Parts: sequence; structure tokens; C-alpha cells
Amino acid sequence: MSAITRDEVAHLARLSRLALADEELDHFAAQLDVIIGAVARVAEVAADDIPPSSHALPITNVYRPDEVRPSLTPEQALSGAPAVEDGRFRVPRILGEEA
Amino acid sequence: MSTDTVMPYDEALERFEPVLGLETHVELGTASKMFCGCQAEFGAPPNTNVCPVCLALPGGLPTANVKAIESTIRIGLALNCSIAEWCRFARKNYFYPDMPKNYQISQYDEPLCFDGYLDVEVNGKTVRIEIERVHLEEDTGKSTHVGGATGRIQGADYSIVDYNRAGIPLVEIVTKPIPGTDRLAPEVARAYVTELREVLRTLNVSDVRMEEGSMRSDVNVSLMPRGSSEWGTRTETKNVNSLRSVERAVHSEIERQAAILADGGRIIQETRHFHENTGTTTSGRSKEEAQDYRYFPEPDLVPIAPDVAWVAELKAAMPELPRLRRKRLQQEWGVSDLDMEAMHNNDAIGLVEATVAAGAPPADARKWWMGELSRRANEAGIPLSELLITPDQIARVCAMVAGGALNDKLARQVLEGVLNGEGSPDEVVAARGLQIVNDEGELLAIIDQVLAGNADAAEKVRSGKIAAVGALVGGVMKASRGKADAGRARELLLEKLGVSE
Repeated sequence: MSAITRDEVAHLARLSRLALADEELDHFAAQLDVIIGAVARVAEVAADDIPPSSHALPITNVYRPDEVRPSLTPEQALSGAPAVEDGRFRVPRILGEEA
Repeated sequence: MSTDTVMPYDEALERFEPVLGLETHVELGTASKMFCGCQAEFGAPPNTNVCPVCLALPGGLPTANVKAIESTIRIGLALNCSIAEWCRFARKNYFYPDMPKNYQISQYDEPLCFDGYLDVEVNGKTVRIEIERVHLEEDTGKSTHVGGATGRIQGADYSIVDYNRAGIPLVEIVTKPIPGTDRLAPEVARAYVTELREVLRTLNVSDVRMEEGSMRSDVNVSLMPRGSSEWGTRTETKNVNSLRSVERAVHSEIERQAAILADGGRIIQETRHFHENTGTTTSGRSKEEAQDYRYFPEPDLVPIAPDVAWVAELKAAMPELPRLRRKRLQQEWGVSDLDMEAMHNNDAIGLVEATVAAGAPPADARKWWMGELSRRANEAGIPLSELLITPDQIARVCAMVAGGALNDKLARQVLEGVLNGEGSPDEVVAARGLQIVNDEGELLAIIDQVLAGNADAAEKVRSGKIAAVGALVGGVMKASRGKADAGRARELLLEKLGVSE
């Protein structure tokens, strides 16, 4: 079983915009290793005749008709926003690190 | 913004061969969004078409819009694709505020449609563009970047986001790499996007407005040295939003990449932005650090398994596709391949067809749309369809010419009047007094006046040089300000001068 490395944790943390300290990287690497190991045990019981599955229920084609339903009001929509400007959600600079 | 060195196009093509690829995004024209019931419309006030699902509020769960699935399958069928018997949505994870979920629901390795093709005509030749896949996803919100020098994302102080567009069904159509286009690469790229747009319009699945972004193409270009079979590194120019820009983007990327390669440099795999004003591209985000979207099957949506009978039904109900329609119209109108292609490239076929349907002879309809009206549209920098004149009005002008009430010169003035908003063709004729002079008395008076002022020419005609009558006819037309019937004027002139042909 391959061990999760610090570099891999650092990469995932950056993708998720999480600032992790050095000791946290080690801490999570070990934890993720345990989780991956536990999930990998599924492979031990999965025989060749069992196809991989992503959904628990054997159902397909659950659709809705193309009908318009009421939306929220802009006030409701923006009520949880940390910052609002001009009827829009205001968010911090996006590519600050590349500016 | 630095200016890139470029190699002139002809030289670039002598040394390198281009390979193209096109990814086109199309917003479907459904009433509601892809995974929720919010209205899918363009131009609503910000954040008025949003709900817990498309805002990713806790507990919101998506349900797929069946009309969007149907439209995607119809697009696949029109592009000669196989339709998946079973496929899934996938989460594309990325950190960017244009999607409040922090992921976009898309499709990954199981597209709904795959392995098709679209034939396009370029310079009278058929080029087959292979289609890799057609998949369904959701559009993202619209960010406005505030502050910074350029209003672009780089250097902005912060951004504000409108999620009305987030969740509108979006179809992505991806070609396989297109080698072998040689120096026609820009024209092939344009012809493909033009044909694709027409197919989508015929299917009535999208309003395909490139200028409003409901259809937009990413243009991939790479170069390889002549004689090589190994493709070079490609760049991807994002969101090119007009047919002309698609052509220009390919052209400018070939010139830019050729200069770098010829200088011993290497092409960086990156996204680039196209600039309408200069016709060139500049660097965007670098893709060198491979984007890691961590795709996985969307657990909130069950798999799609289109019923075979349903797909067959959709296939049977396909409308006549544009290429076949063009072949049919070409036969009906009796025009050459190149004339047909010229009309196609000018987006004139539908207009000519409507004009013919309104009663005009095909040759006349084509003459006006491809001549005078194309010239006017070019001058104004707008497509033909945006001229303020209708096919019915053109047909009316054709009828007036055929009935002898107008000649071509007067007809042009009538068209000018209609385009200026002076009213219908009949109103313009009345208001500007553009009727042909049919009153023989008036015409004879003008002829006498012209003969008196052109004694030399009159004498030549009398002595048998009939060709000299042309100058006199010209004089009559000028004196009548174009309103005389030139044929009748010629007859009367010859009669007066006592000669016959």
C-alpha cells in the first residue's frame, strides 16, 4: 500500500485553498493514509464479476420537466453573503497570487 | 501587454503545418436551468434567477432537466455521433467563485454523445471534421473584476458575481485534432463554427448568439515542422465570440507560434485571450501546472441511460440539416458551388430563401442580398440579418423592377430609403418620387433637350454610328435623375434620329 506523502497533502491543500502548517501536513498525511487503506480493503472482497459502482440504488433517468419554478428574491439570495455590491456577491481578489 | 514577434503567414506555412482543435460551448435554450427550476434567460437583473440549488445552499439537490438531455442527444445525432447507452455526470472540482458549489457538474470520461463528424465546405471542397464528444454540463456565474488597471482578473482588487447564468445547461462540443488543413486552417476553423452554428439553429436548441456568449469557441492551434509527423505543443485561445474572430485567432496564432519555433523557442501550453481590436492573442493562465480537477461521478444524480426507442424517435424527427438543405436550394436556384458557398459564408442563404418565398426570382434575390445589401452591411460592420430591411421588402422591390416601375438604379435608391427607415418600398417610392418616367411627353421633352446639347453625338448616330447613342441615353438618364426607362429612351432617340438597328 503506497503511503500518502507530505507533498501530496500540500498539493491538495493548495487546490482547496487551505493553509496548513508543516506539522499539520504530517498529521494529515498519516490520517489520509489510514483512510485510503481502509477504503482499499474493498478491493479485497470485490470479485471480477462485480462492476464498480458509484450509486447505491440501481436506478437511472431521474429527470424533471423543463418548467420554471419561482426563484429566491435577490434580497433572500444575498442575505447570507459576507459582502454585497451592486446586487452581486462580492468576493476577494481571485488571482491575487498571480497578479 | 507585450507585442509578440510574428512570422508572415506565407512564410509560416512554408515551414510549418498547423493542427487545429475546436471546443465549442453552447447554452441550451431551455426555459429552466439544468438542475433547478430557475428561469434560464439572458439579461435579467443580477441574482434574480437563483435558488438554493444553483446557489449551493445546504440541502439543495440537483435534478436533471429532461429537455436538456433531449437537446444534447439531438445535437449528437445531428453530428453523426453514437449515443451512450449509459453514462454519468461528474464533478469537476476547482476553487473559483464563478460556481458557488466549488465544483461544476459536467461529464468526464462518459460523454452522452461521442465519435461523430461534421462535413463543411471550404473553397468548393468538403472537409470532414471529426467530433470527439458532445457532453452536457452547467454554465458558470458571471464575474466582474473591480479595480486594477485593465478591468481584467489580473490585478483586480476584488470581484463581484452574478449567479443568474450559473446552472444554465451548457453543451460542449469537442473536435478531434484536425490535421491537413494546411494554409486553409483559418477558413476551415471558421467554416466549422459557421456550420455548427447553423446545425444548432436548425435544431432550435439554442439561440447561438456568439456576441452574447450563448455560443463561444475555444480555438486550439499547434504547429509542426513540414515533414514531421509529431504534433507540436498547442495553445488554447478561449471564448472567441465571432466567426471572424475564430478565423483571425487561428491566423495570428500560426504567425506567433511560427516565429517562436523558427527562433528555436518552445511553445508553452497555455490558455490565451483573443483581442478584437488587434486581432491577436495574449497569454492567459498557464496550464503548465496540470489542472487537477479531481473528477468523480456525481453522487447527487443517477446515471443517464437513454431509452433506445426514444433515441430512434428523436432521430426520425430530425429536421432537414443545413448541408442537405443547401444542396436542395442550390439545385432549385441553379447556382454554382462557389456562389452557394459565398452566400453561406455571408449568412445570406436564409435571407435569399425567405425572399424567394416572398415571390422574388432566385437570381434577383441573390443579386440584391449579395450585392448592394452586402456592401451596405459591410460598410456598417453588421451582419446582413441586422440590416433594417426584410425579405418581403426586397421581394417587393424585385416585383417593381420586373413590372417596369423601377430600374436597378432607382431600386438601389429605394433600398437606401428603406434602410434609412423612410418606410416600406412603396412609401419610399412615393416620398422620393422614384417612379420611372413613363410619360412619353416628358421623356420626349428630355430627349429634345439632350439632343440639342449634344449635336456632335447626334450627328454621329445619324451617320450610322449607332454605338454613339449610348452617350445620349446616358444624357437622358442623367437629365431624368435616373428615372427614365433606358430601353425606351434608346428606342425614341433612334427613332428621332431616323436610324434603325
